Amino acid sequence: MQFAKKTKAEASIPTASMPDIIFMLLIFFMVVTVFKEFNGLPVLIPSARTTEKLTSKRNVAYLWADKLGRVSVDDKIVTMDEIEPIMAEKFAANRRIIISMKIDQDVEMGLVTDIQEQLRDAYTLRVSYATRLK
Amino acid sequence: MALLKRRVRSNDEIPTASMPDIVFMLLIFFLVTTTIDVDMGIPMQLPDRGGEFKVNPENISNVLINAQGQILIDDELTDITQVQEVISSKVETRGLDADGKPKLIVSIKTEKATTYNSFIQVLDAVKGAGATKISIAEPEK
Repeated sequence: MQFAKKTKAEASIPTASMPDIIFMLLIFFMVVTVFKEFNGLPVLIPSARTTEKLTSKRNVAYLWADKLGRVSVDDKIVTMDEIEPIMAEKFAANRRIIISMKIDQDVEMGLVTDIQEQLRDAYTLRVSYATRLK
Repeated sequence: MALLKRRVRSNDEIPTASMPDIVFMLLIFFLVTTTIDVDMGIPMQLPDRGGEFKVNPENISNVLINAQGQILIDDELTDITQVQEVISSKVETRGLDADGKPKLIVSIKTEKATTYNSFIQVLDAVKGAGATKISIAEPEK
């Protein structure tokens, strides 16, 4: 009887390029990682059940208001009258801008309405009340 | 000379065998520190200036919140836990419009001293009840 000679096929996965693959992943995460540089004002935002995720971070601008009545936009404390020009500028740069309002849960509605009136003047009508998921 | 020392051939390459391990460690560090944080919130569209239009007053439901956090829905004192139920039944009785959206318009009115939290809780309940037309009226002085 004639037996065919068994072919010895190489059965191992080549691991030589593994470092390259891992490097690629590493570089991806290094690029994606943003160390938070600013946190706005210390606020405790309310929680809500209907909280939704905001799409695309590029169109989001932030506005903070804390319980002492301070309002902050772009890392600066601003007065009520300064909101409108800043927001108008943002709207001119990006017409799809959404203002995410991080307002403390103890803030009075009078302040919130004043801010909203400023936003309406600046034509930045898309807003989002920042909330935590309940 | 006969006493020439035989040169020691030292291996002067950097060992790369552990490189994947080092890179893995870095990778894990970045994996752990990366927080792809998403912005969460309740989206709203503020009304346009001067864009007033008439609506059928029958479809409006007035929700008032006072400074103490008490809620009045169409002149009935309602607890925050009941708001969603009440608005939901109102949405149902008014039915849907041509676009398949609920006809009901919820007008939320607050006082100047009402806290933002009680406003958000009511807004949350109203949204949860399925109402899509929500109006935020100017606070009373």
